Amino acid sequence: MTTNTRAAEIGVSSIGKDFGSFTALDSISLTIGRGEFLTLLGPSGSGKTTFLMLLAGFEIPTRGTMTLDGAPMTDVPAEKRGFGMVFQGYALFPHMTVSQNIAFPLQLQKRSASQIRARVAEIIEMVGLGGHAHKRPNALSGGQQQRVALARALACEPPVMLLDEPFSALDKNLRGQMQDEVRRLHRETGTTFVFVTHDQSEALALSSRVAIFEAGKLQQLAPPREVYERPENRFVAEFLGDINLLPLSNPTRDGEMLTGQFGGRTLRAPGHEDGHTLAIRPEYMRLGHSAPDSGNAIPATVIDLTYLGADTRIDLTGPDGTAITLTHPTDDLPPGIAPGSDIWASWPEQKGFLL
Amino acid sequence: MLRIRPFLRPMILLAPLLMFLGLAYVLPFAGVVGWSVTLPEPGVQNYSAALSDPLILSVFWRTLRICAIVTVISVTMGYMLALLWVRGSPLVRTLTELCILIPFWISVLTRAFGWLALLSSRGLLNSWLEGLGIIDDPLRLVRNEFGVIVGMAHFMIPFAVFPIASAMRSVDERVLMAARGMGASRTRIFTRVFVPMTATGIMGAALLVFVFAIGFFITPAILGGGRSVMVAELIYLRIFQSPDWGLAAAVSVILMVAISALLALLLKQLSPKDAK
Repeated sequence: MTTNTRAAEIGVSSIGKDFGSFTALDSISLTIGRGEFLTLLGPSGSGKTTFLMLLAGFEIPTRGTMTLDGAPMTDVPAEKRGFGMVFQGYALFPHMTVSQNIAFPLQLQKRSASQIRARVAEIIEMVGLGGHAHKRPNALSGGQQQRVALARALACEPPVMLLDEPFSALDKNLRGQMQDEVRRLHRETGTTFVFVTHDQSEALALSSRVAIFEAGKLQQLAPPREVYERPENRFVAEFLGDINLLPLSNPTRDGEMLTGQFGGRTLRAPGHEDGHTLAIRPEYMRLGHSAPDSGNAIPATVIDLTYLGADTRIDLTGPDGTAITLTHPTDDLPPGIAPGSDIWASWPEQKGFLL
Repeated sequence: MLRIRPFLRPMILLAPLLMFLGLAYVLPFAGVVGWSVTLPEPGVQNYSAALSDPLILSVFWRTLRICAIVTVISVTMGYMLALLWVRGSPLVRTLTELCILIPFWISVLTRAFGWLALLSSRGLLNSWLEGLGIIDDPLRLVRNEFGVIVGMAHFMIPFAVFPIASAMRSVDERVLMAARGMGASRTRIFTRVFVPMTATGIMGAALLVFVFAIGFFITPAILGGGRSVMVAELIYLRIFQSPDWGLAAAVSVILMVAISALLALLLKQLSPKDAK
């Protein structure tokens, strides 16, 4: 990754925001690193957009302080922060052409006409809008409007880019394309990106770190792989995708591992906390006609199979009627599996975790 | 039972209105067009007279001038009112709404006499100003073009507010936020973003006010006091005072054509622009 000299670091300390008696955001502290791609992920009403609006300066925090490269930022109004922002619904100027939209922030910086022309041409090329410079936004497709919004926000080489659910209006294919595009722009500009989304896979695919919000609180802040594979709590685990939860009885510590009983089987998982529920993602479980020699395994009955192409999703009922879901490579399925089959579901001990 | 083709069914709902308009409007207007080319004798001499008589031309010219001034005043003040109505605090919104709606409950005649009472040489305003010693002789505020413009603008402002307010309501708040985030000042956001985004409302309001104003009769008749005659009053005078029905009919047709042309422009302006 190229390090942009203009990319900034943001410090947030115990920030909170109330709307009347409602606490939208409760004591958030974190540091957004220079050139980082941070995603704010959470369900609607979790406080992630409020947090972005505080970073942008469109909302004033009720408590706490913020710094930009170490200098106080809390009381700096939005128009003085110089951040680039992409809004949900793009928020383009409908009465201006693509190049006028992109030139607008440059004109505000009182750059010369020739500088503006050169920068507009450069950025239009960068986001792949060549040939559309003189069109109005309503003559463009959703994806093209999105590119204009990105170009306009990037035009002034902002130290921080803020993106508020920019792809929520796009269809799935276009979304994928735009995600690649945003990753490329992040790589090429090297600036700090803060990206709000409620889409888990989008967050995991894009970010260097993911901040997960729920009920106005920061639940976990970690790289994508860590929040997915080592979630800190049950909300994070369940929010980031399907998960099987197996309550353990008689848990006992065994070095780095925790051992407990479930449905008459002894299961083990790495755990240093006092969680008593073993959690395992569907894709780490495998099926077999007999219990394997090592690792965890539980007996189960097949309820249903759903063919998904490369994978097949299998719904099972485990001991004590526990519902279990797993995704299995279609190629690798043991022969003769049908609804009603008795089967063993197994997984490596290291893939489970405790909540 | 009578079978009606599907495409004709909407006509059943429209028929009463069309019949009413036909009998009360189209038919009489056809009669007026007839008069204009038959009275006192067949020919187009009424039109050539109307378009060459300096008196009639001066009335046309005055009408256009007054309507243009009234349009500028009404749209400007309408824009300010709409701004308060759409973007003010809840209390300001309610008060503005009352100020916009109350005039609709007062007839145009009452309002014209109200202005007369306020502005005439022995009216309230002149009495106060004289009482305070600010002026020695009463100001001439009515029975001239000024009085007509005040009265007409007062009537037209609420009509200007509606198309402008509707354009303002459709402005996406995030577009204004985006401009702010780029460092634009409030003035810059207003002039470069907000006003252009509400331009269709301004155009719609201007055409509406202009078309409405061009046929005004009562307000100019009362507040102009015969000294500031507009087209509608001229037609009235030519019919009732110096019976010259042919000329009056020709002027009516010219007025009608002008208004129709402006209305066509208005409709074209307000129809959604198709994307390129």
